[in-house]
Parts: sequence; C-alpha cells; structure tokens
Amino acid sequence: MKDVAVIGAGMTVFRRRMLETGKELSFLATKMAMEEAGIEKKDIDMVVMGSAPDAFDGIHMKGENLSDGAAGTGKPYVRVFNGGGTGVFAPIAGWWHVASGAADIALVVCEEKMGSCYPHPQTAFRHIWDPILDRPLNPNLVWLFAMEMNRYMSVYNIKKEDIARVAVKNKRNAVGHPCAQIPDEKITIEDVLNSEVMAWPVQRLDISPPSDGASALIFCSADKVRQFTDDPVFVSGVGWNIDSTMWTNRDLYFPQYVANAAKMAYKMAHINNPRKEIDFAEPYDPFDYKELHHMEGLLLCKKGEAPILTREGVTERDGDMPMCPSGGLMGVGNPIAATMGQKVCELYWQLAGKAGKRQIPGDPRIGVGQAWGDIMQMGTVIVMRRG
Amino acid sequence: MSRKVCVIGVGYSDFNSMTPDIQWKEMMYGACQKAYRDAGIDVRKDVDSFITCGEDYWEGFSIFDEFVPDQIGAVLRPCMTITGDGLYGLGTAYMQIKTGLLDTVLVEAHSKISDLLTPGEIMLHAMDPIFDRPVTGPVQRPRYGGSPTYTKEEPKPLIGATDEKQRVHPYFLAGMEMQHYLRTTGTTEEHCAQIVAKNKQAAFHNPMADYEANITAEDVMGSQYLFKPLKSLEISPNVDGAIAFVLASEERARELGVEPLYMSGFGWCSDTPWLGTREFDGGYAAKAARMAYKMSRIERPREMIDIAEVDDRFSFKELQHLEALDLAKPGEGAMLLEDGELGRDGSIPTNVSGGSLGVGNCYEATGLQKALEIVVQLRGEAGRRQVDDAEIGLAQAWRGIPSNSGAVAIFQKGGA
Amino acid sequence: MTGNDEMVPKDPRGTHVGNKDIYGRKITYSWWEPEVQYNWALGPAMSRFLEELKKGSIVGRKCRKCRRILVPPRMFCERCYNPTDEWVKIEDTGTIETFSISYIDSDARKIKDPIFIGVISLDGASPKHGIMHYFGEVKADEIHIGMRVKAVWKHVSERTGAITDIKYFKPLKKGGGKK
Repeated sequence: MKDVAVIGAGMTVFRRRMLETGKELSFLATKMAMEEAGIEKKDIDMVVMGSAPDAFDGIHMKGENLSDGAAGTGKPYVRVFNGGGTGVFAPIAGWWHVASGAADIALVVCEEKMGSCYPHPQTAFRHIWDPILDRPLNPNLVWLFAMEMNRYMSVYNIKKEDIARVAVKNKRNAVGHPCAQIPDEKITIEDVLNSEVMAWPVQRLDISPPSDGASALIFCSADKVRQFTDDPVFVSGVGWNIDSTMWTNRDLYFPQYVANAAKMAYKMAHINNPRKEIDFAEPYDPFDYKELHHMEGLLLCKKGEAPILTREGVTERDGDMPMCPSGGLMGVGNPIAATMGQKVCELYWQLAGKAGKRQIPGDPRIGVGQAWGDIMQMGTVIVMRRG
Repeated sequence: MSRKVCVIGVGYSDFNSMTPDIQWKEMMYGACQKAYRDAGIDVRKDVDSFITCGEDYWEGFSIFDEFVPDQIGAVLRPCMTITGDGLYGLGTAYMQIKTGLLDTVLVEAHSKISDLLTPGEIMLHAMDPIFDRPVTGPVQRPRYGGSPTYTKEEPKPLIGATDEKQRVHPYFLAGMEMQHYLRTTGTTEEHCAQIVAKNKQAAFHNPMADYEANITAEDVMGSQYLFKPLKSLEISPNVDGAIAFVLASEERARELGVEPLYMSGFGWCSDTPWLGTREFDGGYAAKAARMAYKMSRIERPREMIDIAEVDDRFSFKELQHLEALDLAKPGEGAMLLEDGELGRDGSIPTNVSGGSLGVGNCYEATGLQKALEIVVQLRGEAGRRQVDDAEIGLAQAWRGIPSNSGAVAIFQKGGA
Repeated sequence: MTGNDEMVPKDPRGTHVGNKDIYGRKITYSWWEPEVQYNWALGPAMSRFLEELKKGSIVGRKCRKCRRILVPPRMFCERCYNPTDEWVKIEDTGTIETFSISYIDSDARKIKDPIFIGVISLDGASPKHGIMHYFGEVKADEIHIGMRVKAVWKHVSERTGAITDIKYFKPLKKGGGKK
C-alpha cells in the first residue's frame, strides 16, 4: 500500500443559488486546488467525481456531463455515489486510486447544484424513499431526521437546548470561513429554539441550508510528494459501511454503520484509543443533532455523552476535542457532496496550519472527517495526519 | 504493487426482455447468490467490500445506493455505488485489492430497464440542458406556477425549438456516428448488417442470450431505417438481468483452492461530453485500451489477445471499437469481418456470446456481460461456443448514448 | 444559467445570485421537465404484502435460521443471506418507535394541518420490526414513543393494494394511554 498525501485543496463559496453551472463550479474548485499544488491538468493521472442525486442538477448521468469542468476530459474518470456519504467517500476513492499504484496524482472533485431543482431541492428527495412502502405517504426528507432525532433524544433523555447548542457553535465557527453561507456570530440557543417548527422536533435553525457549490482535493503518492511540499498531510485511515435498506427494522438511536466505518479507518490508522489520539473531528452535521449522533458513532465519546461534552465546551474550537471547526454544514452550507470542503479539505487545512481564522490552537496532528448518507444507513470515515 | 487480482466467482440471473415476476432486489440476489456459490465463499464472512454499478434515473431513485445492500449480502459491511458500467466496478475492485487493504470484493451490475417506461426521455435528460436538449424537440414550459423568471406572464421559452412536435429519440446520435464511421472508413451498410447476423446467430449457442435469431445480412438490410443509415435490426434491444463477479487477491484465491484467472489490467476514459466537439471515433475506447494494455504488458494486442467482447449496442460500434482497441487497423474492421476473422474460429473471435445484439442491451451491466463471456471462455466452460486455446481475453463497454466514455478489462489464464 | 456582462464572475470562488437578480431578470434560465415514468415489478414478497393489505391484513416472512419475522416481508434474509421460509400473519396493532409532527409537505411547502408520522413496530413481528405510517385521532401532547396503536383501515371498497389501504394508526386506548 502506498502512502497518500494531500497537496492541494479548493472550495467555491456555498450559496443557495450560484450563477455558475455545475461544470463551472467544478472548474473553479479544481483550479484553486491545482494552483495550490502547483500542477496543471496534464499532471493529473486520474479523476474521481463525487456528486449526489442527478435530480438536483436535472441531468441524467451527471458525472459524464461534469467531466470537463472537473479536468476529467480524456482521462480515466469515474463517479462514486452514496448519497450524503459521498463528500467523504469520493476522497476515499481518490485514496485507493493512488494507494493501489494506479495513479501518482489523483484529483477528487465534488459538486452539487441544488438550486436547479424545482420547486425545491427537497422535491428530488422524494425519490429516495421506497416506491412501494414509503412514497405513497408523500414523505418529506426532514421526516427521516425528525424521527431519528426524536428517537435519539428520547433514549438518552436529551433536551432540545443541548442540541441547539451545536447549531450555535457551528454557525459561530463558520464566521471567517471565506465560503460560508450562514455564519452567525450573534446567534443564541433561544434563536434556534424559537425558530419555525418544520417537522417536530426539527426546527428551521436545526437544519443546514441547501446550497450550490464545489470542492476539490489533489492526492499524491508519498514517493512524489516532496516535489510539492516539505510538510505533507497524509491519509492514514479510510472506512465505509452500510446498513440495511429496511430502516424501519432497526433502532435509530445509534449509527452502528458509522461505528463500523470508524473502526475500519482507525484500524488502518493504528489508532487504538480514538478519544485520546484524535485531536479534532469533522463529523457530518446536516442537522445539529447529527453532530452529536456521529460523535458517538465515531467512538469519540460514550453513547449519550456527546450532548454533555458539548454543554461543557469540550467540542468548541479551543476545547479538548474540537468538533466542526470549519463551521460544518450548519454554518458553511450543505451542497451535499461538495461538503467534502468542510469534512476533508478542512482536515487538510487544519493539519497544514492553513485554516486562517479557523485554525485550532495547539498544533493538531490527527483529525477525522466523516459523512453519512443514503437512507440513514451509510457511514464514510477518513483519518488524516500531519507528516 | 506485485499483488495480483483474480476472478474467483461469477453468477448471473435469468436474462429476459421483461421480468414482471421479480423485483430488482430479487434479481440481484439471484446473481450474487450464484457468484458466491461459484467462488465457494460465505458472503457474510468472506467478502470485504461490495460494489454496485447503477444510475439513479435508470433505477427510478434519487439515491440508488440505498436499495442495494440487503440483496447482495452487504448489510453492515463496506459497500458503494459507482454510477457507471460494470467494468468500472471491476476496475474499482482491482484498485481496492491492489491497495492491500481488502482481499475479496463483489462487483454487481444489472439492468431492470423494463421497469422504466421512458428510457428515451431519460437519455435526452443526459444531454446538456443548455446546448443540446433544446435542439431535440420542444422546450417545456414551467408547470409549477413557474420558475421565478416566468411568474407574471404567459411563459415563453427563451431558447430552442418552439413547435409542439415530438422530441427526437436520442439514438439519432448513433445514426450520426454511424454515418461518420462509414464515410471515414469506407465500411458499407452491408458490413454492419453482417455484424448483426453474425451476433444473432452466435447467440443461439449462449443460453443467457435473449435475442438469438436465424437471420441474414439481407434481412437486416431489409429492416426499416430508423436513424439513417441505422436500421431497426442494428439496434440492440433492451434486456433485464443481473451479473455478479467476485474478485480476490491471488493469495486469497489460492487459499480457497481456486485456479487463478487473472484480471491483469483495466482502463477507462471519459472523452469530451460536448456533442459539438467530439470526434465520434470511439477515442474513449482507444485511451482506455492503452491504459489497460500498459498495465497488462500487452505490446501487440492484435497478436496477443485471443478473444474479445466489445460493445456492439449498435452494429457499427463493434467494428469501430475493434479499430479503437487496436485489434484491427484503422478502417480495416470490415476486412476482418469479410475474412471471417471475427468468428469463433477466426484470428480474433469477437462477441461469440452474441454480444449486445444477441444477448440484449443490459445498460450498465453491458461490461459485465462482456467480461462474463471472457471468464467463461478462459475457464473452458463455454460449451458449443467455446473458442479453442483462449489465454488472454478483452472485455470492453461504452456507457451508451449520449456518453463519450467507456472501459476495458483484460483477463488472463495462468501467469499474468 | 447565464449572466450578462456586469455579472461576469469577479470572485474566484464563484458568484452568488439572490432573489433580486432572479426577479430583476438579470439571469436567464432554461427549463426542462423529463417525462419519467416507472412501472416497478413488485416481486413475490411485495405483491403478496399488498394483496394482503387489500384484504385488511398484514403479512411478514420468517427466516428460520435467525428466527426473525420480517416486516415488510422479503424473499431473502439480509442477515443470513438465505431465502426466507414462510409467510406469517402479523397483527395490525403495534408500538410507536419514533414519530414526528410535520408542518411541511413533500415539496417543503408549509401546510395548515400538521401530519403525524412515525415508525410502528408491529405485534407479531420481531422486536423493532415495523413500517412507517401516519397517526390519527391523536393530539400533539398525547403522542409519545412507546404508545400502543392500532391500524384504521380504509373501507374495503376503497382499498387498492397499497400501503395507504391503512388510513393511519390510532391510539389503542382513548386519550393515548400513559406517557
């Protein structure tokens, strides 16, 4: 297995609607990453595209359509897809392109253009439901989260204000992120608790917004990395795991699939005690409670303990175990696959000391990023370390 | 990277033009179950990673990956979807095994195209929404109270055709490409008709095939022009079916006591998605093949490759692809055909399975149908269609209309 | 979308467009609705399940190996990876595993009367094995996890062989039982 390093990252702004097409967003993110790495299109051996439902962009086989924007034309180019998990899964796929020896330099581009979908991006989410069992009930995506959140809250007797704390922390963390869609320095727990109820217990400020955006990462094999940087950041562990389609047949209070994915990644990264060895994490936070749920899934605390640690400030940027120092999806925005920008690019920026105003104090050495997808069933985990 | 990758099991469901009796889940289950049995493994213990190949719109879901794990045995295991042909799945499995992290990987691809009532519309939906779709037929008006641009007045289409005639079927692209191929190579429509007859006749010997037919080139020439010069019998008809492959590292194969059959190389390529600037010469196949040949150390493909299964979803595509793959000299595919070299006893037996024209167009499973035939032939299990002394085989697939992408995989018996 | 000259991107990270640009017609859209129709084959498990719903009953499948009774039924057990073995009749009563009260519809538009939705684990199936469905005849301050509920069926003449042949689940006890 070859060691794999990151040599460049790029990210567009995330907004509800962007002027640029999906191809153009991909191009902007790719160009930023190539400029940081100091490479051109000809230096890239293979390209991985990550993008979520075709229905957002309104293009069948959208990977093919996006290929030129992602510097994939004339190259080995493949799109991987597992719903919301894609933002971390696409870089995992980038990792094996290099770790296998197939490519020396691989580019990973994640793109989402949710603003194209009418009347609302959630219309596309109608079709994630089982056509026989669920769709006749005219479900909304938020229902899933609401039911999982309710289950999680009731099993551990968690108060809504302890969940709202995550929204507040992440929206504040996003202040100073050059791409952030909804940073908010002044937001309070009361604001979240008083926001409009969408599907109880989910309120408007519990949810990350739909966005357009793209992000890119460039991976390089360890034997070539010294050409590009003296201080590389390496991928040290990857894991992914899926649970059954039959989500009504399992208890939603704990994401076992995330735990399985984390164990796979930690094993590869030789991490025996994640709570001690990992310096910070970017758990997937499309809804505020998901950060807590995933912190537990990532084995970074005991079951049911995440809300308590959050209340104690442990997960703040200057806490012992910072969570979502990027501002996460709650603060920076949620263009599904393109959230690679917060979940994986951020690990690179933090570990390389390039996170600017968002930089975690104390010289972090190991970070973990995670995403979650499909119908509450997919966990994708990546561990990175400084060289 | 010395670790070698082997095929240790294959399985497939029944192939039929329609499968109203089973769900896609049960069809996939059928294929995977057979592949695990063929490999002699217990899926719930022995498989490290699972890969399915599918596109949302073919299946009718926004996230097809959700509806996959149960039927392939992947519950609480690493599992993923590639939105691409089955050969992309094999290539991905190859890389996963080469990393050394994973030993045994399942790859599944399928077509349940009979569930989709409007496949032509979906193909149009794959064309560029700004530049290409408007020229294929009327632009629709907003139905939902509208896009914000249109709120107050009667909606006006801003670009494209405005008359209410039917949209054109996207297979017109194949007609255009065939015209280009015939003109640049001097190949004739009769040659293409012979391909159809050859493949549909060959399909009689393949129990998996659904579109075998005792027809001649004259019959094909007599069929209706649909997208001139493309005739109705030159288009592969749709078929439902699932195919599963189990790949493993060589060490794992030996542990299981399986005679190794190596996957020695793969390649894939996406050429420009723009219709206006593409070459229409199968360049994606040429680039994918160069990558696969390099990986497999095949310097002289015409001499070294014993059997080929290439994408023939439209008759001329078989010849075009053979040339792109450097299995025929440029423009000389038709000469090989005339000399009988593409038959079972020829120098480069091509699509002896019956190809897509004989088996049916199984969409994202097309590449695995090709790869399956190569595996069966190299194992010597092809029965009446067995090719003698086949040691190295090539499978190639294209992603279909309107893509400009495709993949190649190479399989070898004995030392790779 | 295409922009006119004054909107050529200045920020290398991309260009945000807001409602002003949209309603001011500063950007141009193209519009496309695909004609997409599917006709899913149901397969033996779902066919039987829906036929039984039409008759007012719920069925599951039993896997003898792991001894689970699976609802919704399937022809193979995803844990054992074996074909399931027999049909089992399931009760139309059960327990709320989780629920939500939705104030938006499937296009995320606000609605006046909220929808009560949740997962019900059905009696006669393995623990935690259930389906998603609506709740009715229950108030927001009554509904709770653990509440016992029973299906309210459509009249036999209105049933079509669909999950909606059950109108909703209502509390087994009036007032909803203890919270």
